[in-house]
Amino acid sequence: MEDFLIPISIILFSAIRVATPMIFAALGGLFSERSGVINIALEGLMLAGAFTAAVVTYELSNPYLGFLAALAAGGLVALVFAVAVIKFEADQVVAGVGINFLMLGLPALLSGAIYDASGSTEQIAKEYLLTPWFNNTISPASILAFLLVPVVVYVLYKTPFGLRLRAVGENPEAADAAGVKVLAMRYTGVIMSGVLAAAGGAYLAIGQSSFFTRGMSAGKGFIALAALILAKWRPVPVLLACLFFGFTEAIAIQAQGADFLKNLFGGDVPVQFIEIIPYVLTIIVLAGFIGASRAPKALGIPYRKEK
Amino acid sequence: MKLFREAIYPLIAVILAFAIGGVIVLIIGDNPFAAFWIFIESSFGSVKGITETLFYATPLIFTGLAVAVAFRCGLLNIGAEGQLYVAAFATAWVGIKFGGTIVNVFGKQEDWSWVSLPAILLIPMCIATAIIVGGLWGAIPGYLKARFGSHEVINTIMLNFIAIALVSYFTQYYYKVPGDPILQTAPIGEAAHIPQLNQFLPFIPETVALNVSFLIAILMCVLVYVFLWKTKWGYELRAVGQNPDAAEYGGISPKKQIVIAMAISGALAGMVAIGEVLGFRHNYYDGFSGSWGFFGIAVALLGRNHPFGVLIAAIFFAMIIRGGLFIDIDTKYITKDLVEVLQAVIILLVASLQKYTK
Repeated sequence: MEDFLIPISIILFSAIRVATPMIFAALGGLFSERSGVINIALEGLMLAGAFTAAVVTYELSNPYLGFLAALAAGGLVALVFAVAVIKFEADQVVAGVGINFLMLGLPALLSGAIYDASGSTEQIAKEYLLTPWFNNTISPASILAFLLVPVVVYVLYKTPFGLRLRAVGENPEAADAAGVKVLAMRYTGVIMSGVLAAAGGAYLAIGQSSFFTRGMSAGKGFIALAALILAKWRPVPVLLACLFFGFTEAIAIQAQGADFLKNLFGGDVPVQFIEIIPYVLTIIVLAGFIGASRAPKALGIPYRKEK
Repeated sequence: MKLFREAIYPLIAVILAFAIGGVIVLIIGDNPFAAFWIFIESSFGSVKGITETLFYATPLIFTGLAVAVAFRCGLLNIGAEGQLYVAAFATAWVGIKFGGTIVNVFGKQEDWSWVSLPAILLIPMCIATAIIVGGLWGAIPGYLKARFGSHEVINTIMLNFIAIALVSYFTQYYYKVPGDPILQTAPIGEAAHIPQLNQFLPFIPETVALNVSFLIAILMCVLVYVFLWKTKWGYELRAVGQNPDAAEYGGISPKKQIVIAMAISGALAGMVAIGEVLGFRHNYYDGFSGSWGFFGIAVALLGRNHPFGVLIAAIFFAMIIRGGLFIDIDTKYITKDLVEVLQAVIILLVASLQKYTK
């Protein structure tokens, strides 16, 4: 019994750790997509946050300043994305691909120039990292991510801002007629997605790791997007979806060398099969097999005011 | 005049991208003109440079065409990466199973093949595999869109991850030579190798892996052009892309066209395997693609979704990729990551200028 319980608690904490950056990014994506802008740039926005957090934390020896700087950087990169897709009406998916490439190359280029190390920043000393609280179990970033969920629920469903945001994502013409500034709401939604995704990225760099490496988000932005779709663009299900994905990945991490899992599965657990669970689930959900999937109606459609 | 209108915005985007890239290079502390000269010098300054550039352009032509065909039907295929991965693995599998591959397992010779076919049968079989498997993997999101209305962008993103995980699984557990530290399959049979061009053209250096697949890529540019603009099928496909409702009213089934367009798109992406597996690496190598599937989006955008535009854009991006290898060595601070920055800026600019071209 004893050696069965220990791995469970290990997996649970590991799941929370893995889910934390995804919760930030998926909640961010929720603001963007609820306002009508498809955001596949979450991956790149996370990287913007991760890089900035690593550099600022290293230079100033303060993880909290690093975290805040990351939020600003994420907002700034999201603004570039917003200008392209809202002002210039660029295809939102194509521009998202562009932002993802930019954030693969630019941080690596800059870290190469600043630290003369190919694609990585300097190692941050342990005392300046965002270390977990409560007997080294839960990071303050995880707590923040969990607390963010009720806040998002309140903002989205109980405030005039949330109502307007949802309105421009569903029916921008009607919202406009009612006096809502459609484009301003979309800028806000996209910038919020950048700030939140960057928070997730910052946690990756100065919480889970102690430096930035090129492409360190390793697809987490896309899993966040998958969680958002699986959750049908609602905040509480987003949390559950992220935790579920965190759980599957935690199992994948523990799978190598965990005897009880080998017994459970009757042999080696191929990590690849656990890794693809989020992606397969997303396809199934999108096809409507688990209840109708309903995206915001105006998702992906640029808005142009009638003259 | 029409050509000018088509070419002017891509040109503006490229010039602006180099200006922005130049400012970044300047801020970092290198000379932008020297940096950009490296791109031109290393890719067009010698026979070796030119032929290497064409070698790098080959996969980009295929993925650029793949994205362009889907786009002409109103679809955004960002799944070329996954399509080329499954196709490459399947091609290598056929090359092993039908190519008489004998593997050295800890000093013992093991025959991993079923049969050893001659080149005249094996090469067409391998090429057909690349096309069919890529096409089938591409048809999945097409079918999902036609049948359930689910968005092809999300599905292709998800299928990329699934494809890469699956082929990595099969490589790791079934087709890797035991003891090999690298995640790659056993080599394909020699009968499956397609010739490199230096075998016919002695002026091409022996080290350049430019192979017959480049000629196939050029041929595909012509075929895609003929298909899209000179055949009834191409007309129907484009009609759906321009206005699905009007097309349906005119008796064309948009659902059928969506599946066909995605299958063709996937097949074109899968053809990357011809050059990489049969012409260059001679096995499946995990992670062999330099994001070519995603580069294909940039290539198609810059090439205005026209096969000949794609050809020019692919060579242009190949120049940047080739130059990236030298920029690491020949500049003080700039690394090859500049390649992705330039690519990203071009994508963002072309996409942003799009609305002025209508």
